Amino acid sequence: MSRPLVSIENVDLRYGGEGGTLAVSGLSLAVEKGEFVAVVGPSGCGKSTLMKLVTGLNMPSAGQVSVADEPVTKPVSIVGMAFQNPTMLPWRTTLDNILLPLEIVERHRVRLRAFKADYIAKAETLLATVGLKGFGAKFPWQLSGGMQQRANLCRALIHEPELLMLDEPFGALDAFTREELWCVIRDLHQDSAATGHPVTIVLVTHDLREAVFLADRIFVMSARPGRIIETKTVPFQRPRALDVMYTPEFNGIVHDLRALIAEARVQPAEAV
Amino acid sequence: MAVTAAKPFDWVKAAPWLYAVGLFAVWEGAVRLFALPLYILPAPSAIMGAIIQYWPAIWKNSLQTLYTTLVGFGLAVAGGLALGLLVGWSRFIYAGLYPLMIGFNAIPKVAVVPILVIWFGIGSVPAILTAFLIAFFPIVVNVATGLATIEPEMEDVLRALGARKWDIMVKVGIPRSMPYFFGSLKVAITLAFVGSVVSETIAANSGLGHMMLAAQSQFNVPLVFAGLMMLAVEGIIMYALMAWLEMRMTGWAHRSGHAR
Repeated sequence: MSRPLVSIENVDLRYGGEGGTLAVSGLSLAVEKGEFVAVVGPSGCGKSTLMKLVTGLNMPSAGQVSVADEPVTKPVSIVGMAFQNPTMLPWRTTLDNILLPLEIVERHRVRLRAFKADYIAKAETLLATVGLKGFGAKFPWQLSGGMQQRANLCRALIHEPELLMLDEPFGALDAFTREELWCVIRDLHQDSAATGHPVTIVLVTHDLREAVFLADRIFVMSARPGRIIETKTVPFQRPRALDVMYTPEFNGIVHDLRALIAEARVQPAEAV
Repeated sequence: MAVTAAKPFDWVKAAPWLYAVGLFAVWEGAVRLFALPLYILPAPSAIMGAIIQYWPAIWKNSLQTLYTTLVGFGLAVAGGLALGLLVGWSRFIYAGLYPLMIGFNAIPKVAVVPILVIWFGIGSVPAILTAFLIAFFPIVVNVATGLATIEPEMEDVLRALGARKWDIMVKVGIPRSMPYFFGSLKVAITLAFVGSVVSETIAANSGLGHMMLAAQSQFNVPLVFAGLMMLAVEGIIMYALMAWLEMRMTGWAHRSGHAR
């Protein structure tokens, strides 16, 4: 592994110009290609700001953000994004929703018409991977919340992003559906490594068990203005079964993380 | 209740007719009971009589009103859609134009008609323009609202993929604002009738407004009511047409009837 895929160096981001709120301050982190990292922290710590910095939706006020060895100066199209709110377009079928990014991304939109059948086949394959085989013709509002979130993952993956940014994608789901989707995302990550095009995943979450189960490394952020106060490496071998969550080591890590965040909530980090 | 087990009578479907018949029955009964004179409140039977008696004139004037209303409404749809998209496009245009439009909308359109008559003379043009002016505003506001309420997450997802403003508008904004647009047509068409009739009552040689004014000056109150009745009928038909169009074009937004 040469250079990290994502690197954030000493970044500040202030919303609303001079004298505005400082969302993150002295933020530094690096994510290797093919890695699965999670970002946890108290609410309002700038986790979503981190997402926007990496995807190029917001520019840092100070410091530098690089993705794939290039400084981020505009939106980065090698990224796929999924949020807690699935934001499927209700007037498109699930399949057409999934194809939407292809109508936007430059290198696909020129080919879309000519190779439509190939792209549809690819979307169908993705749907099958997340357990939605045969649901492409349904409208999103005919799907349950969990199914919509699966479709949302497909949409984030259709243009073969190198980097997948997930902002609490499972937050609004019930516990069982959430566990199912953890396994879906775990397998997606695993399988991509096997095909030689490993996808790098950054997962922003409030759920510590989710973070420990899925991630290789976990970044703990301080309260606003956010920065990384601790990086935890998760020692469990892959592939991980859900049972790993009931081991003492697993609970130990969750417990440590919880303590760190509880501490961060009480005393905001001093400026560095 | 006269219902058979096989096919129960659909009371909800029959309700509009039952209520309308009920209203006219109560009206007829009250007029007869209190022996109200014809020049104060004619009974529905007297109005019906007037409609039959003056049918050629009523028909001609109804068509004239329908014509001015529909032309004005058509202009309002085209102009409202265009301006709504423009206003929803940028915050700068929105901030600048919105107060002007509110001020303009607050002006009673009755006060504008004399000006229109000075500019265009008595005839169809002032009626068309009044219908346009009054029907225009709800369309603009609704289209702009649809555009302004795009979910920020959706915008982020697309912008991160390199979408330009135009892409977001075409793929998300415009389809999204269509239910608002078609919804506003129902309001706009009824307002357009108000506009054209107001103009016809002030300055016109034909149209239902003009006819009612003439009938009133001759104390032909049943004919005045006949005009009102025709306006109500035209209004209901056009409203139903717009509601049908709305269902046709944006069925996805009325999901309860379509799911599965």
